[in-house]
Amino acid sequence: MALSKDPGQATAQEFEHSLKDNAKQLVDYLEKGQFGEAILVIQAINQARDRGLYHEVGLLTRALHNSIVNFQIDTTHALEDDADTTRISDASDRLDYVVTLTDKAANRTMDLVDSSAPVVANIGKEAAALRVDWDRLQRREMAAGEFRDLYKRIGEFLQKTETSTADVSGQLNEIVLAQDYQDLTGQVIKRVITLVHDVEESLLNLVRMAGQVDRLAGIEHKKVTPEAKKVSSRGEGPQIHADKKEDVVSGQDEVDDLLSSLGF
Amino acid sequence: MKILIVDDFSTMRRIIKNLLRDLGFTNTAEADDGTSALPMLQSGNFDFLVTDWNMPGMSGIDLLRAVRADERLKHLPVLMVTAEAKRDQIIEAAQAGVNGYVVKPFTAQALKEKIEKIFERVQAK
Repeated sequence: MALSKDPGQATAQEFEHSLKDNAKQLVDYLEKGQFGEAILVIQAINQARDRGLYHEVGLLTRALHNSIVNFQIDTTHALEDDADTTRISDASDRLDYVVTLTDKAANRTMDLVDSSAPVVANIGKEAAALRVDWDRLQRREMAAGEFRDLYKRIGEFLQKTETSTADVSGQLNEIVLAQDYQDLTGQVIKRVITLVHDVEESLLNLVRMAGQVDRLAGIEHKKVTPEAKKVSSRGEGPQIHADKKEDVVSGQDEVDDLLSSLGF
Repeated sequence: MKILIVDDFSTMRRIIKNLLRDLGFTNTAEADDGTSALPMLQSGNFDFLVTDWNMPGMSGIDLLRAVRADERLKHLPVLMVTAEAKRDQIIEAAQAGVNGYVVKPFTAQALKEKIEKIFERVQAK
């Protein structure tokens, strides 16, 4: 960012400098009774003050604007095979994209689990049924005809297990692949974090400059005490750093303890 | 046993639905917030409500209060499954008459325990 650490400071110094010079001049004119010139000096002081402020406000506005413009990064290459690809150009679109991508990945994963689960369950069921007959065979409780049937069933089962497990392996691989969203969403979220950081920095500069303005203009503000935050019925969403906050539970065990202390 | 699952995220509804199915509860319906859930509850003969807290439209805590205020629904068992983890909120839900509270992220085991506990209590009455 094209900003000094404290842009207000430099302007203030410059202004104070010219104020000192002008003040001497003013006193000089007043003592000599040249009131017309004295008023011109006062106007010059005012102008110098305004100019400095406009300059700083301009710089900060540009920095803020740049932070926002720089945020428009191109992610089209990451989405080439997606038909409805558009250039995502603002933070909320980007975050919507994160929501969509994570939603898609979650559903894809659950679809794959849903299609694998019955395959595995079937293998288990058939193995259990075969084992019953296998045990009978070992106890020599099986007639020759039944044995031939078992022999055939075991052959079929082995073959079926071979193809089924290959299917399940393939689906497990696809589940792993479905997690590739993390890379893309991670990049997008990091960009958004950078934007938030830049905006925060620019706002801080603005606040700092407002402080300089107040000092130069001699304005005093009443201290504003922030209103106590109340819990809305809408909820607050997930808690970050739950283990470090006193008023937040860090897991189901603490919820259970709290509820049982309330007589649940 | 007919169960209504209320959550604004379809993936979470699906997870809960799958877990309920594994527990043997296959008769489930879904709603994405309190506003759409309440009329379903009022007309649908549900035996159990699983709801999130933080949702657009009507939140889960408001839905819970609406259920408790409704003469025909006030005895409906309600399990809250939510990311809301402030002590004050859990107390608020308890005071509003929730039957169980599961914080996200949760395990299949935790959900199972809470549901079974609620049913034990309901049947004991």
